[in-house]
Amino acid sequence: MSPSWDTFFRTLSLADHNTRVVVAGTTMLGIAAGVVGTFAYLRRRALMGDALSHATLPGVAAVFIIFGSKHLPLLLLGATLSGVLGVLAVLGLRRVPRIKEDAAIGIVLSVFFGAGMVLFSIVQQMRTGQEAGLLTFIYGKAAAMLTRDAWIIAGTAGAVLVGSIALFKEFRVICFDQDFAQSQGTPVFVLDVAMMALVVMTTVVGLQAVGLILVVALLIIPPAAARFWTDDLALMTVLAGAFGALSGWSGATLSALMPRLPTGAVIVLCAGGAFLVSMLGAPHRGVIASVLRQWSLRRKIAYQHLLRALAEMEEAALGPAPAGVGALERRRGWTRRQLHEVIRRAVRREAVAWAGPDALRLTASGRVEATRMLRNHRLWEMYLIKYADIAPSRVDRDADEVEHVLSEPIVRELEQALDAARAIPPSPHPQEAPAT
Amino acid sequence: MPADHSRACPVSIHDMTVAYHRRPVLWDVDYAAPQGQLIGIIGPNGAGKSTLIKACLNLVPKASGSVRFYGEPYGAARQRVGYVPQRESVDWDFPASALDVVTMGRYGRIPWCIPPRRRDKRMAMECLEQVGMGEYARRQISKLSGGQQQRVFLARALAQDAQIYFMDEPFSGVDAATESAIVRLLRELKSKGRTVLVVHHDLQTVPTYFDHVVLLNMRIVAVGPTKEVFTPENLQKTYGGRLTILEKAAEAVAEGRR
Repeated sequence: MSPSWDTFFRTLSLADHNTRVVVAGTTMLGIAAGVVGTFAYLRRRALMGDALSHATLPGVAAVFIIFGSKHLPLLLLGATLSGVLGVLAVLGLRRVPRIKEDAAIGIVLSVFFGAGMVLFSIVQQMRTGQEAGLLTFIYGKAAAMLTRDAWIIAGTAGAVLVGSIALFKEFRVICFDQDFAQSQGTPVFVLDVAMMALVVMTTVVGLQAVGLILVVALLIIPPAAARFWTDDLALMTVLAGAFGALSGWSGATLSALMPRLPTGAVIVLCAGGAFLVSMLGAPHRGVIASVLRQWSLRRKIAYQHLLRALAEMEEAALGPAPAGVGALERRRGWTRRQLHEVIRRAVRREAVAWAGPDALRLTASGRVEATRMLRNHRLWEMYLIKYADIAPSRVDRDADEVEHVLSEPIVRELEQALDAARAIPPSPHPQEAPAT
Repeated sequence: MPADHSRACPVSIHDMTVAYHRRPVLWDVDYAAPQGQLIGIIGPNGAGKSTLIKACLNLVPKASGSVRFYGEPYGAARQRVGYVPQRESVDWDFPASALDVVTMGRYGRIPWCIPPRRRDKRMAMECLEQVGMGEYARRQISKLSGGQQQRVFLARALAQDAQIYFMDEPFSGVDAATESAIVRLLRELKSKGRTVLVVHHDLQTVPTYFDHVVLLNMRIVAVGPTKEVFTPENLQKTYGGRLTILEKAAEAVAEGRR
């Protein structure tokens, strides 16, 4: 099963003509599918590609029955015709009251696929052994790709890329805001047809390599993966093309190394791998990044709570005094373990020091930090009270310093309000705001 | 007010009926908007306020009737008409920055297949600054607050540089800062002689914001200058029994002010 080193290097270096053809074909297919898939994905038409690919089957079988030929361009023409018929059927069914899009797609997908299977059984009864080549349309067999097939894919991919780049601005606006686009005179329907035409072209040339069951994966997965990395549509489109290319290349290479693996499935699994890595590892939108962000936010908040609690206790005691751990524990809803963890961190940062077996005190630098936090906290509170109507849109919860977010006059006004609001006389230790 | 599709009239609607699934939503609407005014379109939920706008802009089919903009049909007048859809009508998680969205307001003037030019982006930036959102130009739109998103939509309409504006509930769910920004903007548009039609929900602010009102409930109940038309009787006719609650609320507010 496992390939020899020689095969390994021959495959990776694309030494064989056959490998070259297959790898080039699937890579170009991946690029085209990723790029046009980006728009279909954002327009929420991605599943339409699934209905479309399944709807190509009766066309393929019908061409074979009528012409008795396995000539690829002819079969692809049949696939295109019945695929387009399927898309039109979905669009038509959607207009029927009480039929929603998912139902329309489900109906068309299964009925066309069923029709295709019935036609296939007729093919099987007609000529034994001849139908074998047709099965590649269902499961995909990139290894069967000829030079001519790769050229068909290359031409299609080129056309899809040119179309997507030319209509980029138009696709962007109909994907985001269809009504606005239409109000500006953008022909939304024509553009939708153009977009579906690009999807049809990509799907049909992808049938042979990936198979009609899985080809939709190449339309959906690369854009979905790309979305994790960027908020820019142009970059997302490029990334989706790159992920598609990567999947096509690695899938074809792997199945060239291990010829018994089905290429289509391997390509889709590679795309799935790229998606998984993106979902987990992407810097801002990724799952790991957001878990880490949550975790460090919690740590930061706990630390601030500790310092603020100590400052408040000093204020109540009218001067620097050690605070008991038990009293701290009662002040907030933290568990003993959480409290000791945050105390350890504060001691390491030399903001607090042990003042006995069970008592803490603020260090000089810790006191400065704690006083600043306390003042900040109170100013924010005062701001929320005084400007309750406009505050929520301005409050940046990440900002440590009020001054960084609010203008100086407002901060001064808040400080005055804060002083006026304190019923208890100001504590003897320095109350004025530390210089920032 | 007869609508004779005069060339002087920014928006004239003649005998317009709109129906969804055979159920009429708007009946026999006849309306001629006055030039250079801020016009509030007022009515209860389901009165067809949004539908009125969408039918004017050919976004929903009309069962009958015609609409003209300075005497021209929509297709010919498109560049003179700006549109602010409801904020909830789009997915804000779309991969775009505030500037990208505002630049879309220029698309109607950029030829096909040509990307936005530098002067389009510059103008979009100016429009963002005009609504006080200049510093958020590069921010992804889902990271903006609701009010900021609404201001992005307004900036996009400004980028359209139109004569007539249709705004669908721009005041709904926005903070006070955005509300005052919108009001400022409306007055600025008026001072430049633009005509603005605004679907509006909050009855209390109608007299301060709008010169003219259209009271709508599937048909036009009353139109005219706010001072003359925005009366309890007309509101009663527009809102029916539902108004009593509003009236009590308004009274309570009036009491509080005294």
